[in-house]
Amino acid sequence: MFDYTYLPSPNLIPSLVEMMLKIMFIFTMNMGVFAPVLGWVERKQSALMQDRIGANRADIFGFTLFGLLHIASDALKLLVKEDFIPRGADKPLHYLAPFIAVVPALVAFAVIPFGGKYMLWGHEANLVIADLNVGMLYIFAVASLATYGAVIGGWASNNSWSLLGGLRVGAQMLSYEVAMGLTLVGIFMVYGSLQLTTIGMAQENFFRWGIFLQPLGFILFIACALAENKRTPFDIPEAESELIAGYFTEYSGLKFAMFWMAEFLEMVTIAAVLVALFFGGWHIPFITHQGLIDAMGHLFGPNFGAIAAMLIHAAVFWIKVVAWIVILMLIRWSLPRFRFDQVMRLGWKIVLPLALMNIVLTGLIILAVR
Amino acid sequence: MLNQYIPVLVMTLAACGTAAGMIIATTIIGPKREFEEKMEPFECGVSPVSDPKSRFGVRFYLVAMLFIVFDIEAVFLFPWAAVFRELGMFGLVEMLVFILVLTVGLAYVWKKGALEWE
Repeated sequence: MFDYTYLPSPNLIPSLVEMMLKIMFIFTMNMGVFAPVLGWVERKQSALMQDRIGANRADIFGFTLFGLLHIASDALKLLVKEDFIPRGADKPLHYLAPFIAVVPALVAFAVIPFGGKYMLWGHEANLVIADLNVGMLYIFAVASLATYGAVIGGWASNNSWSLLGGLRVGAQMLSYEVAMGLTLVGIFMVYGSLQLTTIGMAQENFFRWGIFLQPLGFILFIACALAENKRTPFDIPEAESELIAGYFTEYSGLKFAMFWMAEFLEMVTIAAVLVALFFGGWHIPFITHQGLIDAMGHLFGPNFGAIAAMLIHAAVFWIKVVAWIVILMLIRWSLPRFRFDQVMRLGWKIVLPLALMNIVLTGLIILAVR
Repeated sequence: MLNQYIPVLVMTLAACGTAAGMIIATTIIGPKREFEEKMEPFECGVSPVSDPKSRFGVRFYLVAMLFIVFDIEAVFLFPWAAVFRELGMFGLVEMLVFILVLTVGLAYVWKKGALEWE
């Protein structure tokens, strides 16, 4: 007998279309919008904060468009630069390092919901690429792969500064990965899940947002996330005043751009995780998920109403993400750099014990309230 | 169940393709002008005086070892946290014992000076 379970189900084609659309959307957002534009935002914002004029030199017939043309000139410059590999470098690893750095940054976004579930013409669209029940564990697993990129890059360059940067990156990222995992255990206890869509739906009520239920966990998590992102005040692995550029000193052209892109995409992922776990995900305060769909349904009919609600929710999510990126950049341009012993002390002696304490306190409070 | 991972696989392939494409592009497009002095790894503008393949501090290994112990602790806590409400008081006390054992370990490492970076 023929086994009918292998026949394509009627839902297969819409599901495949939905999957490809979502993946293309996230890729366009990351590679087409965030990776290039954040470079410009960072230059312009730092100029503003330091009372300088900032990027405004690249022009076409005298029009500079607020320095936005620097995006094009940067991309062109990096593309036609010589790909430099120093003598004595481990060539295969030198090629592999930027590859390992950028791939996790691109795929970590797969489990983050940028909207809820909507019924469109009988097909349920779920605005998350992969709705895994291990959600946050997947992000931790993928994000920790990025450590390899930096450490291998530092090792393969045959450069003393790179090696020091690579060692510092290894020690710093491993230390903060432990602490980062523990800071979020409180959130998982509160919502009883690691699945980001479940956590997102649980934050429908404004007063059930993660920031109100886990204030200590939030502060600890943001410290760990900044350290994992290797940006000031935790940029000791690439401290330019002592290590030139740390682990990517010997990289040029697009391979350098890949490390740089990975850093920005990690920042986008961190902002998205912050929004999804602590700031209500795609929800508008005081408006329920179904409430908005119904309201839009009255205006535009059930299907187009669902589409309108979907667009509004996605827009709310991305606005929150952009707001968090701006805050992360403000932190980067406001604070001086920690010394290495201070970085390690903060991770092991302050954040780790506080995170353990947070778990115990959260457990006691949950049981007491129940 | 495993169907959920198909999008992850597609996305990983797309990301690998993008990254590989960038590496190939930069290798093909850029100029290649090599000469003896230029190919030296950059140290301070003069020829390198230190060999990067020499020995470095043992503390970095120590951090990696501590990482394994405490990261496994974190991984044990994740499933427990997800079902915490069903386990109730029993689960909390049991996990408190586990955390306590590891806190003793942390205190020992701390006392031994493995976390000092002077």
